[in-house]
Amino acid sequence: MLLNIVVCIKQVPMVTELPWDEKTGSLRRDLSSGMVNPACKRALEAALQIKEKHGAFISVLTMGPPAAEEVLREAFAMGADRGILISDRMLAGSDTYATSFILAQAIQKEVSGYDLVLCGAYTSDSETAQVGPQLAEELNLPAAAYAENLTFSGRTLRVRRLVDNFRETLEMELPALVTISMENYEPRHTSFAGLDKAFQNADLLFRNAADLHITSSILDQHSSRTKVRKIFLRKSQKDNIIITGAAASAVDEFLDKFEGRIGAVIGKSIEAKKRG
Amino acid sequence: MKNKIKSIWVFGDYRNYYQNRVTLQLLSKAVDLAHVLCAEVCAVVVGCGIEEWIMEYTAHGADRILAIDHPTLTSYSTEHYLALMEKLARERDPDIILIGATDFGREFAPRLAKRLKTGLSADCVGLDITSDGLLVQIAPSFGGNMLAEIVTEKHRPQMATVRPGTFKEIPHNYEKTAIVERLPLPDDLPAPRVRLLEYERAAQKEHTIENAKVIVCGGRGMGSGKKFKKLDELAELLGGDVGATRPVVYADWAGHEALVGQAGKHIKPKILFSFGISGAIQHTAGLGESEFIVAINKNPQAPMMKMADVAIVADAGDLLNHLIKELKKRIRE
Repeated sequence: MLLNIVVCIKQVPMVTELPWDEKTGSLRRDLSSGMVNPACKRALEAALQIKEKHGAFISVLTMGPPAAEEVLREAFAMGADRGILISDRMLAGSDTYATSFILAQAIQKEVSGYDLVLCGAYTSDSETAQVGPQLAEELNLPAAAYAENLTFSGRTLRVRRLVDNFRETLEMELPALVTISMENYEPRHTSFAGLDKAFQNADLLFRNAADLHITSSILDQHSSRTKVRKIFLRKSQKDNIIITGAAASAVDEFLDKFEGRIGAVIGKSIEAKKRG
Repeated sequence: MKNKIKSIWVFGDYRNYYQNRVTLQLLSKAVDLAHVLCAEVCAVVVGCGIEEWIMEYTAHGADRILAIDHPTLTSYSTEHYLALMEKLARERDPDIILIGATDFGREFAPRLAKRLKTGLSADCVGLDITSDGLLVQIAPSFGGNMLAEIVTEKHRPQMATVRPGTFKEIPHNYEKTAIVERLPLPDDLPAPRVRLLEYERAAQKEHTIENAKVIVCGGRGMGSGKKFKKLDELAELLGGDVGATRPVVYADWAGHEALVGQAGKHIKPKILFSFGISGAIQHTAGLGESEFIVAINKNPQAPMMKMADVAIVADAGDLLNHLIKELKKRIRE
């Protein structure tokens, strides 16, 4: 039973804090190098384990600037069979609503007869966890989010997941979409031999909006429904008492001022011992 | 032209009721928003044997309840809820739909938004109404230390998911009444393609970081995994737990289970120590329920320092050592 699997992966900034471009209201992503989003990497690992157990052909799909090719190369090194990079200036700044539409177009056009679509449950930069579920809607697939384990019996997929403190076992028929959580599928490390293979692999496709039959008016129909009106710094309503100085004296000052409060919470006294 | 009363809907996510108060919290906020919009607050409850939730939601702020009670709806089924909510929303045209950002909500809401072809802001930390009557969805901005005010200008309903603990519930009001519409199960409800075979409550540890009264959190400013480990000592002295930021987890100084913040464990400590954390919004957005925050950082301008009750300007690792030393001297029963 050779499964035809699509894994959607996203390249995210390597750091969690990036400067904000006040003028355009967007993240200065150019200031950081990228990496494969951790949950997406686990989705790929899940695909690789399925490949080892049942046999599979793995297509990895990513949407981003040309530099996103790196994540496809990394996927090859881990064991993916084919890579598709969707890149077009017109698609930049897409929110999850648009992204899920674009990914769906690519999957339907480039991966005929797919059995399983895997995504990371959420990304480390936007963390909305929306693309997977919205992609399931676009492709009209049975789906489950936050999966920690997948097993197959013929065309029936069983998913085990942890949601809201319940461990659930779900069942659905292929084709299906599953998003993978951070609970399981620890990604394998890529050997140097793998990296070599990655750079020789010819099965890397580049697709732009025109290739996917996405015109600007079509994109408009699927574009962001939300709009950022304002960006501002979070205000604090706290007293904000500042303590400076050498560490030892700062500690004394802090504990003397707040020993009552801390002591009450921990149920012990931390008053300074009386001297003499 | 038909004069329609605006309606703010809150989806009844009642599973895990006693730990999960998010529906009640959203009802409370919906009441505030409804005052400004002269709108009605409507709770949607679907399931089997839902009287208790109907009463609870009435007592906690709903003006109207849309209830569908049927054996077919015995277990949580995202597909069933999608089909029902889509139908109800198309028929009744609510202005706003609020859904708790539980794991369930975070899967359910985006799918519903797609079906209704409308916009959705996830994990809002605040909600408001603009002067032109739009729902302001206040959400952390990506990767920055800022908040964004987001609106859905043209499409309806306006949708938002909100994390548990963001808003405070209104106390239970036994006198409150609501219009309860008991609706039949539609006969064209499609059979779900995803079947729930079994479920069990995940083993709940008695003491978890989620109910810890004291949390000692460390960030990259700790300097090294070895220095980070020293936080264990302080946590032990104070009977607390150690939390970590995302960069720390990526650097393998702590496991993923220690991650706190927006995408990590949901914490509500009485005292939070924040060592060497600058304060990226994905971290600080999850600290709203921390009562007393003590931040230690070399940089007095770091966002974490500005949002703390006490900001100690010092090298995190250095101050930690002194604090442990001094506490050992002072602590007695």
